[in-house]
Amino acid sequence: MGHYLLRRLAIAVPSLLGISVVLFTVLALAPGDPFSEMALNPNIPPEVQANLRLKFGLDDPIWQRYFRWLLAMFHGDWGFSFISRVDVDTLILQRVPVTLAVIGASQVVALLIALPVGIYSAARPYSWFDRIASTLAFVGFSLPTFFTGLLLILLFSIKLDWLPFVFRSDIAATGWQWWWEHLKQAIMPVMVLGLFQGASWTRYVRSAVLDVVRLDYVTTARSKGLRERAVIMKHVVRNALIPVVTLVALTMPQVFGGAIVTEQIFRVPGIGSLLIDAILRNDTPVVMAVTFVFSCLVILFNLIADLLYGWLDPRISYR
Amino acid sequence: MNEPELRALIEDVRTGALPRRSFIQQMVGLGLTAPMASMMLMHAGVANAQPSPAYKPTKRGGGGPLKVLFWQGATLLQPHFANGTKDQEGSRIFYEPLAVWDNDGNLVPILAADIPSVQNGGVLEGGKVVRWRLKKGVTWHDGKPFTADDVVFTWEYARDPATAAVTIAVYKDITVSKVDDYTVLVSFKQATPFWATAFVAAEGMIIPKHLFGPYSGGKSRDAPTNLKPVGTGPYTFVDFKPGDIVSGAINKNYHMPNRPYFDTIEMKGGGDATSAARAVLQTGEYDYAWNLQVEDEVLKRMEAGGKGKAHIVPGGDIEFIQLNITDPWNEVEGERAHVKSKHFAFSDIKVREAMALLCDKKSMQEFIYGRTGFATANFMNNPPRFKSPNTKWEFNVDKANAILDAAGWKKGADGIREKGGKKMKFVYQTSINGTRQKEQAIVKQAAQKAGIDLELKSVTASVFFSSDVANPDTYGKFWCDMQMYTTTMTAPDAERFMDQYISAEASQKANKWAGRNICRYVNPEYDKLALSAKSELDPVKRAATYIKMNDMVVNEFIVIPLISRPRVRGGNLKLVTTLSGWDLDFSALQNWYREGGVA
Repeated sequence: MGHYLLRRLAIAVPSLLGISVVLFTVLALAPGDPFSEMALNPNIPPEVQANLRLKFGLDDPIWQRYFRWLLAMFHGDWGFSFISRVDVDTLILQRVPVTLAVIGASQVVALLIALPVGIYSAARPYSWFDRIASTLAFVGFSLPTFFTGLLLILLFSIKLDWLPFVFRSDIAATGWQWWWEHLKQAIMPVMVLGLFQGASWTRYVRSAVLDVVRLDYVTTARSKGLRERAVIMKHVVRNALIPVVTLVALTMPQVFGGAIVTEQIFRVPGIGSLLIDAILRNDTPVVMAVTFVFSCLVILFNLIADLLYGWLDPRISYR
Repeated sequence: MNEPELRALIEDVRTGALPRRSFIQQMVGLGLTAPMASMMLMHAGVANAQPSPAYKPTKRGGGGPLKVLFWQGATLLQPHFANGTKDQEGSRIFYEPLAVWDNDGNLVPILAADIPSVQNGGVLEGGKVVRWRLKKGVTWHDGKPFTADDVVFTWEYARDPATAAVTIAVYKDITVSKVDDYTVLVSFKQATPFWATAFVAAEGMIIPKHLFGPYSGGKSRDAPTNLKPVGTGPYTFVDFKPGDIVSGAINKNYHMPNRPYFDTIEMKGGGDATSAARAVLQTGEYDYAWNLQVEDEVLKRMEAGGKGKAHIVPGGDIEFIQLNITDPWNEVEGERAHVKSKHFAFSDIKVREAMALLCDKKSMQEFIYGRTGFATANFMNNPPRFKSPNTKWEFNVDKANAILDAAGWKKGADGIREKGGKKMKFVYQTSINGTRQKEQAIVKQAAQKAGIDLELKSVTASVFFSSDVANPDTYGKFWCDMQMYTTTMTAPDAERFMDQYISAEASQKANKWAGRNICRYVNPEYDKLALSAKSELDPVKRAATYIKMNDMVVNEFIVIPLISRPRVRGGNLKLVTTLSGWDLDFSALQNWYREGGVA
């Protein structure tokens, strides 16, 4: 186990380096310029732009810029945003709490829907409940989030005027009022993301449980005279959930990465909107930092998923 | 309109025969800005009107929160680093200039005690030296007094190339000196008719010496105050998250009585223009929204919600077509669209004239822009009330056909005109934007009737407007036959704006296509006029020259002005704003209030 872990970590280093090289070159080759907004303004002489490019080292060859970035990253210096003229880590840290709260809550909602519905549907396949649940699940994951988001805004904000559709991270209230305001503004984005994710997970849970429920040992358990509830919960679900756990673990990096579209619709100041703004403005250090942290998390959670596998299923061993 | 006529008009204003306002409107009709017209009057000794905005609140504060929505959030709060208007607006909540422009082109004092004029001895040596008197008793948000030292420091800070301030152009060629604690002298290299640039409006915000002093020049990016502004403005800094939110609280020591009205201000960023319009006009969740680039139809439908209305403020933005007079398809001396090359069709003024006749501006205004755009003939801006007698436009396919026939372009078997084996096929590019693609379609349709085949090309805005030297699709390279975009007249003075057609600014390889003369128009006469306008001391002569230059570009059909685009803002029905088309939205933020108490 220890050896396995060490080996995996050792493999992670070159893959991260590879990822960073690819990211950096793609960003450097992509068209655009962080100071293009200034180019449009006739009052700003072109020398200012040239001066800024020089100051941020944008005119150096790509490989030089890459190694400078890599070296700084080793020292824990994430870089400096061209656009906001702020350290990148400050920018990212500002966005982390909201992202974790909103995306995290939506993943919890998704699990709360997917597990009971999926298991119940599989326990009674082709019953009315299963048919309705399947239909809704298909509808749920075929509708894109920007559509459901707008639909919810139209219904709850414009027709009914119950919920605000602009998410504010600074709420000037304390105590219960503060919680209530936050809850109100978070309901729509959380639901949009949660229902979308929950719909597809429901299908996964259902098929995983269906695979297990037909096995001989389940028939044995039933013929021993165990109650149905005990059979499902103790014998079926525990085995069926192994692939589901992996799936959930692999989507965890998204909690950090944010949801670009949904954040844009509800103006949630999460990492997703930071990333898309940075991409649109060619703010390379920010794009680099966010995508790099994201790839680190993907690699990390892949490893965690593999380790969880072994813990859940003792037949798997690590060599 | 020529110089003597202008003089006669100014004389009329001085004697009171012509109201000041109509004079300014006429000048604007000729393509001058309201501030330029106002400066002409000031130079002639007609006093600046002192507008007194109807400000009703009788005490400071008590107005609750003011919630403002910017779909592009402020990314930094240091006015001299501003990447764009959004950053200037964010900074303007906290920082103030000496004076601002109101909608009629008047200079309104903010941190200045009064506006310098010839009469009060503020404008000396014919505009070579300007003496500003500062308001006394103004304090920075941290309690330190505001003095002439801060003004002088702002100049030193911004003019230092190592600071990399975006306002450097305003400050690098002037000298600022302190007379006493509340008087500064701004000296120009030569007499400057349009002297109200330094310390005025968006680029004139004063920063505190005691906080930025140690961080001038190369260390400028390390200043902690870059992120936590300390200014003299109506609101003090509370919180800032780049791209997301700027919040402020009432400045209890603000230097104007009974102001501001609101207790807090919140400037929220992100999202898109349509949903911003919805949040203000339809649901009333926010009080004010910036830059609503939304089709008028949609705005009208939202206004029916009864919570807010659209404010349409005339400004200097113009949507226009440029015709390439150089050859973009073949290399001359190793460069596409070389200044010396000739376009196979557009080098002929007749073809350009025909093309101008094929632009149906009226349909564009009616079917695309509605209230949010006016068909125009001028390159310098032009509200609909006045038409310049010197330039005119029409949409006439038959006339265009006749002109092209006469110029020797004959229709071929496929209905497309040709001359000397060259077919009239043009590539017409613009940025990706729903409105622009509709405009392209309108022009294409008319061109087809005249036997011209337009190939429509649209480029992602971030590429089109970039200054990326390696990319062939940027607007600066203009490697196609026609292109269209909106140019913004950011400064109230026309000098920089009209530089766009002097030959020295021609966009080419040598200047990495950063030159501002994108059409690569070369006309020695225009260059001469531009040069003479620069050193012209008499504002009236200068204005007449600019009008002539505008006429030249338009009447030679180098550009086809299409639509003058006013600023479109959304406001709550109860919110009383003071907006100006010549300055920032927040230029008079201290005067904003809500009617009928807290909503």
